[in-house]
Amino acid sequence: MIWTERNYNNGFMESWRELERMSNALSRLSGRTAHEFPLINMWVDAESVTITSEIPGIDADEIEISVVGKSLSLRGSRKQDEMKDNEAYHRRERWNGRFSKTVELPFNVQTDRVDAKFSKGVLSITLPRAEVEKPKKIDIKSE
Amino acid sequence: MSVTMKEIEKKEAQLREGVERTRARRVYIPSVDIIEREEDIVLVADMPGVDDKSLDIVLEKDTLTIDGRVEEAIPEGHRLAVSQYGIGDYHRVFTLSDEIDKERINATVKHGVLRLTLPKTEAVKTRKIPVRAEA
Repeated sequence: MIWTERNYNNGFMESWRELERMSNALSRLSGRTAHEFPLINMWVDAESVTITSEIPGIDADEIEISVVGKSLSLRGSRKQDEMKDNEAYHRRERWNGRFSKTVELPFNVQTDRVDAKFSKGVLSITLPRAEVEKPKKIDIKSE
Repeated sequence: MSVTMKEIEKKEAQLREGVERTRARRVYIPSVDIIEREEDIVLVADMPGVDDKSLDIVLEKDTLTIDGRVEEAIPEGHRLAVSQYGIGDYHRVFTLSDEIDKERINATVKHGVLRLTLPKTEAVKTRKIPVRAEA
């Protein structure tokens, strides 16, 4: 039995991970680990890719997700609390405004079977790998 | 493009020296907005992954402590290919002034955002003095 897991590890994925490693190393040197909003984590196995993101304080229908080829885009906005004349900020650390972020996926996905969940301000999108790209299992016949 | 690019990061909480936590988790500082209004002070904190059951707000004397527990959900058999944020608990401590009516503090949480309303005591509410223009 051969499990062609290497398939999704070479080529694009490898060079791209190398880039990520380099950028991480650089940001460690400068003491910064900031990324464009919203921050994402990506989980990969041979069958699917899961992207999670922390986008607290907005409704699920305010997040727009689109997939084109190997690119996944997240778009949305979070409004600031409306302030009256006699109100003042003592601290202002939370982000607000519009965001747009594009994430490169490691492989083509079945766009009709994308599953997105939004709970407690955490978005989780699972994208199954396109059938044609799935690693194939090869059975060995014994004589 | 009319999109504003923002860079953000999740800040880890610093522990006092010699202090250890019982939970082997990372701990982050939630980002907050504090808004002073006429009748009250509103504290808004971003705590994604937290809901009403996993949030503890303790007021002891003048110290307000916010603790949130987050359970990490790792998809089975997957490996982490990109990691821009860490997952962990939240912890932050504030000192309140005497001007807060501690009996009427109200807290709600929605979509991972905590909203604390701290009403001012009657004595400190700002009084507006109308100014009349003299003829």
